[in-house]
Amino acid sequence: MNFYERMMNLDRRWIYLVIGLVVVITAIFPFDVPLYVTPEVRSIYDYIESLNPGDVLMIGVDYAPEVMAELHPMTYAISRQCFKKDVKLLLCCLHQNGPGMVEQVISQVSKEYNKINGVDYVYLGYKPYPGITILAMGQNFRIPFPEDYYGTPLDSLPMMRGLTNFDNVKAIINISGGSGTELWINFANGRYNAKLAIGVTGVMTSDYYPFLQSGQIFGLIGGMKGASEYEYLAEKDGYISRAKNQLSAYKTMPIQTTSHLVVILFIVLGNIGFFMSKKKKSRI
Amino acid sequence: MGTEEIIWNGVAAFLVLCIYTFLYKDTPLYKFAEHLVVGVSAGYFAVILYYNGFVPKLITPLKQGQWVYIIPAILGMMMWTRFSKKWSWLSRFSLAFYIGSGTGFAIPLYMQNYVLRQFSSSMLPMGFSSWALFCNILIIIGVLSALVYFFFSKEHTGIFGGTAKIGIWTLMIGFGAGFGLTVMGRISLLAERVVFLREYLLELKYYLYLLFKYGLPL
Amino acid sequence: MRRTLPFALVTGVGFFMLVQYFVPKEEFEIAYEWILDWTIVIGCFAMLLGLWSLTRVNISKVQRKTPGWGYSLIAIAGMVFMLLVGFIPGQKSLERGSTFMLLFEYIYIPIQATMFSLLAFYIASAAYRAFRARTVLATILLLSAIIIMLRLVPLGPLSEINQWLANFILTVPNMAAKRAFWIGVGLGVTATSLKILLGIERTYMGRD
Repeated sequence: MNFYERMMNLDRRWIYLVIGLVVVITAIFPFDVPLYVTPEVRSIYDYIESLNPGDVLMIGVDYAPEVMAELHPMTYAISRQCFKKDVKLLLCCLHQNGPGMVEQVISQVSKEYNKINGVDYVYLGYKPYPGITILAMGQNFRIPFPEDYYGTPLDSLPMMRGLTNFDNVKAIINISGGSGTELWINFANGRYNAKLAIGVTGVMTSDYYPFLQSGQIFGLIGGMKGASEYEYLAEKDGYISRAKNQLSAYKTMPIQTTSHLVVILFIVLGNIGFFMSKKKKSRI
Repeated sequence: MGTEEIIWNGVAAFLVLCIYTFLYKDTPLYKFAEHLVVGVSAGYFAVILYYNGFVPKLITPLKQGQWVYIIPAILGMMMWTRFSKKWSWLSRFSLAFYIGSGTGFAIPLYMQNYVLRQFSSSMLPMGFSSWALFCNILIIIGVLSALVYFFFSKEHTGIFGGTAKIGIWTLMIGFGAGFGLTVMGRISLLAERVVFLREYLLELKYYLYLLFKYGLPL
Repeated sequence: MRRTLPFALVTGVGFFMLVQYFVPKEEFEIAYEWILDWTIVIGCFAMLLGLWSLTRVNISKVQRKTPGWGYSLIAIAGMVFMLLVGFIPGQKSLERGSTFMLLFEYIYIPIQATMFSLLAFYIASAAYRAFRARTVLATILLLSAIIIMLRLVPLGPLSEINQWLANFILTVPNMAAKRAFWIGVGLGVTATSLKILLGIERTYMGRD
């Protein structure tokens, strides 16, 4: 077996070791990474900036722990920005393993800003069949959610007075790690003309540019990079603080940089090995 | 971090490392963590479903005298007959209700939002006088040629074949973009876990330093 | 009867949902809201099917003492323990700080997040072993991917050019390709839904 064939037959655990070492070393020795803020992220940030105290923003948090690395930072940054501006939040979760994620965010962020459940925010909770739930919320939030996540009747919550359906919220930000985003676009925006923006994982980002161009969504936060861009904007205006360790997406960017370089190197090396061993075989 | 947080985060860090042993081989530690999460997630979901689903949507309305909710409850219980060979035909009624409602509103909404709205957004002004207008030409050519590529009822030869070829090139650029973003997505998950471990180890180091220095748990 | 009545129900409910979209009458709105409401209740029962199936499989493994039955016991123990701490009388289980939520935060979240983080290793391995520029199309795909990946790498004076190129790829050819894909999805869903409503597609009912 020549060198290139040995290169091609390398045990995959060596590759795991290399990527593991790169990630760990970068984590121990981080560095600042310059960020370019994309228009699709800025449009969401600027929209929330334009809201007034007392306005209600709905956040549909539809993800589970497996994608929280990319989506939790977005939820935290948007929640902090809204609470600092005294914008009220209406949250719901349509992913079966996600309700605890929302509880984690809202209980922490509401304490930071002394916000009161039922007055400054309402967490509706979880219901199955996300498409049906979105359609029902478009008619009246009380159809799918007669009570909030904690079991309190919606009608007894001061914030819910005057809040009937999507017409009474300024916009909906859907932060999703799965097919929930399509349902929000199709049903909330498609049927009820709700103003909608989305935050999705890196894997899903490229799929939603058609909806951005058509105007069905007014903004798109794509993956960890999008979350870092949002945190960058929020930090600049004092909504989140590096000193309080609130830049959870941005601090992983150095690891992203070095890992991406290694993956590109792997692609190049793999192709060199492939073509060289093919060339040698054809000579024989 | 206080003592309780250090211990709980220590449990989390141990479970993280159990999962990472899979990179070497399928170890008992990995299998333990894998089966533990299966059980914990099932139990978690059952509790959430009870408090967020059954209580507000069934138990509370029935307690308030809204007996009409017995009908969807019966339809729901009929779903459970799927496990019985003799009675599984009853589950068809519940399934029929759900599928009927789902397919009914899907037709106008999917046509409107995924087809008509997407087509109308592709009707863009074209020209060569600005970069934006030129990009619009590329978008229109890209959309139409990709749609031609997906039409397999006609052989891809001649002008049709040439258009389909432009379509597959457009699709490959799109898939490449998707792949590039997928790499970012996957690396993000690893990066977050490593940062968690780093931060826990730093907190643990500080906690132990304070413990040995002052001799008191926090 | 066992198949005819369900099909009639599908067609009836389906056509009502289709028609009510276009009819802005109050009676239709009320019936629409009832259907949505009842479907959510049915959904709560349907979700339990998966849980029961999981429990049944693991219990049967333990009973038959198949290889690895100890792990099934761990799964069952995990589930039972979560149910016990979730239904403690008087405790607000769903609030942060409860034992139930502590187990969710420090057992479920770390394991689930770490399992998916293994994908990073697999994609690195796949990048080395499988991503080959064998054809022109594959080369276009890889080049497009590399330009997008380089967005995250500071390239000094080349960074601005790369950002511009990446933005162009995402908003022009990628957008066009994905638009064609969504149009196909929309047409496919519409066609399948019509087939279901008209009774042409019946596989979802299963066999007698």
